[in-house]
Amino acid sequence: MLAPGCPWPILTSMEHEPSYDLATGRGLMACPKCDALHIEEELELGETARCTRCGTVMAKPRDGAFVQLIALSFTSMVLLVGAVFFPFLEVSAMGFGNASSLFDVALAFADGVLLPLVIAVLAMIIGLPITRAFLLVYVLAPLAQGRKPHRHAARAFRWSEVMRPWSMAEIFVIGTAVALVKVAGLASVHLGPAFWAFCALIFVNIASRAFMCQTSIWDAIEDAGQTVEFHGKPRRAKA
Amino acid sequence: MSAPSESNAPVMTAHRAGLIGCHSCGRVWTQDHDQCLRCGAHLMPPDRRSLQKVWAWWFAGLIMYIPANLFPMMSTQTFAGLAGSSESTIIEGVFELIHHGSYDIAIIVFVASIIVPMGKFVAIGWLAIVAGRPATVDQAHTRLKIYEVVEFIGRWSMIDVFVVAILSALVQLGFMASVHPGPAAASFALSVAFTMLSAQSFDARLIWRGLPLRSKSE
Repeated sequence: MLAPGCPWPILTSMEHEPSYDLATGRGLMACPKCDALHIEEELELGETARCTRCGTVMAKPRDGAFVQLIALSFTSMVLLVGAVFFPFLEVSAMGFGNASSLFDVALAFADGVLLPLVIAVLAMIIGLPITRAFLLVYVLAPLAQGRKPHRHAARAFRWSEVMRPWSMAEIFVIGTAVALVKVAGLASVHLGPAFWAFCALIFVNIASRAFMCQTSIWDAIEDAGQTVEFHGKPRRAKA
Repeated sequence: MSAPSESNAPVMTAHRAGLIGCHSCGRVWTQDHDQCLRCGAHLMPPDRRSLQKVWAWWFAGLIMYIPANLFPMMSTQTFAGLAGSSESTIIEGVFELIHHGSYDIAIIVFVASIIVPMGKFVAIGWLAIVAGRPATVDQAHTRLKIYEVVEFIGRWSMIDVFVVAILSALVQLGFMASVHPGPAAASFALSVAFTMLSAQSFDARLIWRGLPLRSKSE
């Protein structure tokens, strides 16, 4: 059982009491960046554990992190839905006007060869961020209440981590700034509510990064008794 | 060597202990596992074989980067083509911005779509070549820094693709002006995606391994 503010792992260097097993890997943690072995230990809230060799942050549990992350995920869902349906930018010149929402932006590529790019652009600025928010809520909601995680919680969280580099809302905002400068000489541009939603999304993302501690979440999933169901590939038995 | 604190003391690694660490969640398993039981990620021993994947994506990215620079990113038509229609490649777009006097934006575009992709090719290629070669702790720290910078900065090259997308959706003013995306937009997006995949498939643990092709411990 794990509520936010309960057991967390900590990592110290090797020489410590034998709460680990070098033969099976129980109670140990390897740094994903340099493979150095560490022993898992309880970590006080607010502490940060770094790899003793390369300095990569390995765990940084924060008070109420799960609840905060759920709240921030809901915030980004609301902002993203708003960002899709409200006009993004409006441009007008000499009586010709054009308001475009995000779908217009993506559909600009919709002719011919560039069609796959439409899907990619839509996915990167809307699809993946919103999917990640859903996955995080799915994984964290039961954990925050100290209940058993939903089915496939481990896989859901791993996918959300895989998607992380591909959700590019903040890059899109900078792209907008560049586009505005290019258009400025040609026509007058008004920023729509969707643009501000994206700007807010950047701050939501920064906040959620500060609370995100993958190690704590993995540990919470494991402690709550979730095991990965194996898809397809049969696994060899333990020696 | 003047390495920081932990310097020359041999560090116990999962590999030396005959175990495999999960690159996604850090959990340690015995070497007969090929999937992490906690997060479901595929377990890979840190050896140079994984570099093949890095090189494959690297070359794919390089190949797509060539048309991305030769073909136009977007074409602009003003006054239904009467006042001329212009097509601009990435570098021409930068010069256009300089011509307009917006130097700051020109620098952003230049860095994001020329410096960063080029630097990424060089950095990933270099990391993959030196990966697994014996190195001092200091060198390893530098390489890890470089790898982290490459991983962080790679996505930002997408700026130019988004600019083209926004402009071609926005500037549809009929007679006045219209902007259409060019083929380079797609190949540039692919190039960025491939180099991101290349950087992601690089195993940072290789940086720290002396001679990975030799069998461990014995």
